[in-house]
Amino acid sequence: MDEGLRSELQKQGVFVTTLEELYNWGRKNSIWPLGFGLACCAIEMMAASMARWDLARFGAEVFRPSPRQADLMIVAGTVTKKMAPQVVRLYNQMSEPKYVIAMGACAISGGPFKQGYNVLKGIDRYIPVDVHIPGCPPRPEALIHAFMTLQEKIDAQQLKGEGRPRHLDPDAPSEFPIPEYGEHDLEPPKNPEVWRPAVVVR
Amino acid sequence: MSNPYLPVLILMVAALAFALGPLALAWIWAKKFSPKKPGPAKNATYECGLESKGDAWVQFKAEYYLYGIIFLIFDVETIFLLPFAVAFTGLSAGAFVAMMIFLLLLVEGLVWAWKKGVLNWE
Repeated sequence: MDEGLRSELQKQGVFVTTLEELYNWGRKNSIWPLGFGLACCAIEMMAASMARWDLARFGAEVFRPSPRQADLMIVAGTVTKKMAPQVVRLYNQMSEPKYVIAMGACAISGGPFKQGYNVLKGIDRYIPVDVHIPGCPPRPEALIHAFMTLQEKIDAQQLKGEGRPRHLDPDAPSEFPIPEYGEHDLEPPKNPEVWRPAVVVR
Repeated sequence: MSNPYLPVLILMVAALAFALGPLALAWIWAKKFSPKKPGPAKNATYECGLESKGDAWVQFKAEYYLYGIIFLIFDVETIFLLPFAVAFTGLSAGAFVAMMIFLLLLVEGLVWAWKKGVLNWE
């Protein structure tokens, strides 16, 4: 619908909307995160949900203990190679639509443990991450910013057509392969369909 | 003259519509827009992130329960022994004998269980 026409109608007291907007509005204001902390970033995540930063303002205060009831996975902390299969499995067990925020340096790249032997170098190797937050750990404000970014992203999603999100596409995969322990590393070390490494342009 | 139960009927219909309406809308929405996305991990019974191993029908050893009951008896006995020990100096000979008989009965039971081999963990 034309924006100008809508604005004119609104001035006359007639509000019009589309099914898509209504759907996105409902979804973006009720993102229930999974109660899932891996390391010190989780402390900041807890702080963000408490009274001082009050994540409830964004409709996201209900941290669910079960992946079946959660919409958002906040990967808050260091993902060790021992923990990575469990993270992917929990992500697979979440019901659609589902989103991921990779919180902190460890979750996005391995962070200070990047040179280590036992830390996964970013959870985006296995599951599609919607928002990355840098920081070690990021402050609750950064997490709130990530929430708002995610809300903007949800708001822009289409219900039909080519650009529709994964959960509305019947051909998109429902689950992502869960890595297993190999001789030296996780097998496979990454999911090439998901992992989009940043390209440095000089 | 209308039936006096008519408001109840109207309320019942409204309540049913209130409960079933959103469910029906969700069902229609799922049919039209959201395809089903099942998978082996999503359909798994448990959701703790780990794969479940083994059988849920595990048997505990019966010896454990005998052990537990004998422990419980002497656990309760200490509750009686404590006030007995506190009031010991002020007790009559009859009370002392009664307590000793109580203790003896329980110790007898323990000796019997010991003889039966209940305390041997195999």
